[in-house]
Amino acid sequence: MNLYHYASPSTFYPWAGKLIPWFAALALILAAAGLYIGFFVAPTDFQQGEGYRIIFIHVPAAWMSMFIYVVMAFWSAIGLAFNTRQSFVMARALAPTGAMFTFVALWTGALWGKPMWGAWWVWDARLTSELILLFLYVGVMALQAAIDDPRRADRAGALLNLVGVINVPVIYFSVKWWNTLHQGASVSLTRAPSMAQTMLWGMLIMALAAWMYTIAVTLVRARTLTLERERQSEWVRARLEGQP
Amino acid sequence: MLRFLFTVIRRDVLLAARRRGDWLTAQFFFVIVVSMFPLGIGPEPAMLRSIGPGVVWVAALLASLLSLDRLFADDYRDGSLEQAMLSPCPMALLTLGKAIAHWVINGIPLLLIAPLLGIQFNLPAAALWILVLSLAIGTPILSLLGSIGAALTLGLRGGGALVTLLIMPLYVPALIFGAGAVEGVLSGSGSEAHLSLLGAFLVLSLLLAPWVSAMALKVSVE
Repeated sequence: MNLYHYASPSTFYPWAGKLIPWFAALALILAAAGLYIGFFVAPTDFQQGEGYRIIFIHVPAAWMSMFIYVVMAFWSAIGLAFNTRQSFVMARALAPTGAMFTFVALWTGALWGKPMWGAWWVWDARLTSELILLFLYVGVMALQAAIDDPRRADRAGALLNLVGVINVPVIYFSVKWWNTLHQGASVSLTRAPSMAQTMLWGMLIMALAAWMYTIAVTLVRARTLTLERERQSEWVRARLEGQP
Repeated sequence: MLRFLFTVIRRDVLLAARRRGDWLTAQFFFVIVVSMFPLGIGPEPAMLRSIGPGVVWVAALLASLLSLDRLFADDYRDGSLEQAMLSPCPMALLTLGKAIAHWVINGIPLLLIAPLLGIQFNLPAAALWILVLSLAIGTPILSLLGSIGAALTLGLRGGGALVTLLIMPLYVPALIFGAGAVEGVLSGSGSEAHLSLLGAFLVLSLLLAPWVSAMALKVSVE
């Protein structure tokens, strides 16, 4: 299989168009199954009651928020190393979804924190580093939005992304140590994962649904970006004229 | 190679020395930001002592960001940046020299002013020493990481605010370890661990930042 073949915009565009419905359908089915398990099958938690059920949104969103940042960095590195335009398109298309999941993770975390800890927000290590991750996403998107030349915007964003991904572990550990120094273990997020089997399954299925959703949405966005950037080329004109 | 580095540093420091107004603005900005906090929070000595290290450090971050968007912009406008980029010396040396000059111009004065501000915040003498030491290790990090942001946003509209948005999250470890070292003295738990980690972060940024900002300059100027 020649990977460069798929890296060409004229191949990518129709190919992505064919894949999108499949991933979207998978996302819908998995989300329906995951939510069904989450709300009807999974037992009530003996400590947290029904309130814990937000975990089925919260944990997959938090996972995706971190994972997407790493995938963005991967595409950025590929783009800078091999000079492939489509890689930058992918990195750029992922950013809004990543920021959205980071925001959802923070939002649902606040909703969960209020009944459980009695506070919307605590300066816990995970919350703080998730907040900084949101700032990193916003930084990359703001930089790319401020640059008009797409070539420069791609490269500048990719560099910032790589710097960010090197920095994320440093930030995480610094925040963690800062937190243990400042406040005692008034809030402990790190309990043993002693959850019921069905809860775990619900969470994993929801995570898969979020994954499929991310792929579908990213491909849609990447297709739009591709069309915008290649508007001068032959195949886009042929395609646009072919349509009624 | 070393001569090239020294030339870059010397040129920038000389330029700053000839334009003292610009240079002093950032220093007074630092003093004023720090002095606003007691006015906003209240003059209670115990409270001021506990927030002092963090306030001084946050003000140092802001003061270093204030002067960052001009790091490459002046040279870019008069064309000397492109001439420097054409030279056979590696561009990482150029950005390293720029970052060092930025530190000499903006970082070292902060070290001299910080103890005075610390006294305003009722910090004991031992903590003042650590404050200066943590700033001495930490402010080069601010200049180095900042040079990446300055290179990425070169010539963009709203560059100053954008640099803040890009670089502030990356400053978080420096802020935590720097202010943490001083608070370690105040709480009696010691500051060596924080200072060592700050030093490690400095080494990491010294290793990577000049190189990344050289790549960023290439992207921005081409």
